[in-house]
Amino acid sequence: MPQAHIASRFDEELSEIKNRVLALGGLVEKAIANAMIALLENDTELARKTIERDKAINALEVQCDDLTRRILVLRQPAASDLRFIISAVKVVTDLERMGDLSAGICEGVLELAAMPSRPKANLKGISELVQAQVARALNALAQGDIDMAMEVIEKDVAIDELYRGSYREMLTHMMESPPQISAYIILSNVAKNLERIGDHATNICEMVIYTIRGHDIRHVDHDAAGALLRGEE
Amino acid sequence: MTEPATRTPRLYAKPRLDAPTANEGTALVDDAKIQVRGLNFFYDEHQALTDNTLDIARGKVTAFIGPSGCGKSTHIRAYNRMYELYQGQRAEGEILLDGVNIVGPGVSALDLRHRIGMIFQKPTPFPMSVFDNVAYGLRLRSNLPRTELADRVEEALKGGALWEQVKDSLHQQGTALSGGQQQRLCIARAIAVEPEVILMDEPCSALDPIATGKIEELIEGFKGRFTIVIVTHNMQQAARVSDYTAFFYMGKLVEFGDTESIFTMPKEGQTEAYITGRFG
Repeated sequence: MPQAHIASRFDEELSEIKNRVLALGGLVEKAIANAMIALLENDTELARKTIERDKAINALEVQCDDLTRRILVLRQPAASDLRFIISAVKVVTDLERMGDLSAGICEGVLELAAMPSRPKANLKGISELVQAQVARALNALAQGDIDMAMEVIEKDVAIDELYRGSYREMLTHMMESPPQISAYIILSNVAKNLERIGDHATNICEMVIYTIRGHDIRHVDHDAAGALLRGEE
Repeated sequence: MTEPATRTPRLYAKPRLDAPTANEGTALVDDAKIQVRGLNFFYDEHQALTDNTLDIARGKVTAFIGPSGCGKSTHIRAYNRMYELYQGQRAEGEILLDGVNIVGPGVSALDLRHRIGMIFQKPTPFPMSVFDNVAYGLRLRSNLPRTELADRVEEALKGGALWEQVKDSLHQQGTALSGGQQQRLCIARAIAVEPEVILMDEPCSALDPIATGKIEELIEGFKGRFTIVIVTHNMQQAARVSDYTAFFYMGKLVEFGDTESIFTMPKEGQTEAYITGRFG
């Protein structure tokens, strides 16, 4: 924040929103990590706990929405404050969805555990990349770092490629081993959830750029977005 | 496979130091009704405006915002040469109305004020009937037959959204109306002479929210018919009613742009600080 508001309470309210959004980000980051540990180590206990902890994510989403609604009504924010509030509302929704997708992965872990044979899933690569992307998106959000946000956005294509690769691989396994089709469907859903989490990380980064620079780069190709940010409008 | 956390150096985060200031040609519009060029204004030795250059778009609403004493009212008072009524006040520079410079003795102030009407902060009904208030300007300019005069008064009162309330009591004193009705009477009086430009200096600051809403609705309806300049301290009002917004500070035009851009993504730090309540 460049300069304090005349109404100091307004600054406190904005800080409170930012802190809670980042706290929500922390919970989501942990949920994704736990979901992947549960999957890769077949840890049903951790899967159950992660599903249970999604309630805390949902509750924090509601708290953040209450705070943003309150600021909109009481302060009628403009310019950078308005962009921050709009972004907070959208980022919170993305984070909550990421939490749901993590819980969905954990549901898959529980279903897989109940099956007689459990195929090996080659999801470590996509999982690590998605987690790195989420961590960088949250750093970009915390620090207002446009460069980092753009890197995350540009790197999402690598997640998409890994997802397509793993999907093709699982399709092959399904054809080769029909008794394991159900298990591979669950695993392909896990891969899809990871790919969607990556998309939400890029959404967050788009809102970082909107907050800092005011440019809406959603649905704009990378070259055009880069030109916009360099001021080559 | 974790991607290495290498950082490619980029230019995205550089501060926009190259953004042009408002006085470098960004305060101009395609179809200008008024073109202000290098306007300076003095109260005796005190310079209240410094080198103001901007355009007022034809048929649009332009809002002037800025802290008290920034010169926004002084600026619009120059458009109809109100300052000439006071000793020691003078304007320098050019104010072109449809391309003709109206600063200086070449243009009649009476003609000018006929073309450029003004609404003030406090409603200023004349101490006469509602009808005579609205007919006042028409009688000054022409000798209309009684029926035509009555038609023009009715039309102006309808335009001011006051006709329904006063049509059965046109001969009551204008000063007997409520504050909001008095302001709408002043607007009806202003539009009765079909001005080209209407200047509004804080027209709603003495009114309650309902009366304010009615005035804002009138302003919306006037778009295309009149060119309007509104000075306001109410930034939500500026955001609601105007097409363009100009931000003044200490007698200088800091930023000019379309209203949506000014209120969502101002280019200048001072504008940002003012509209987000960080000023002072």
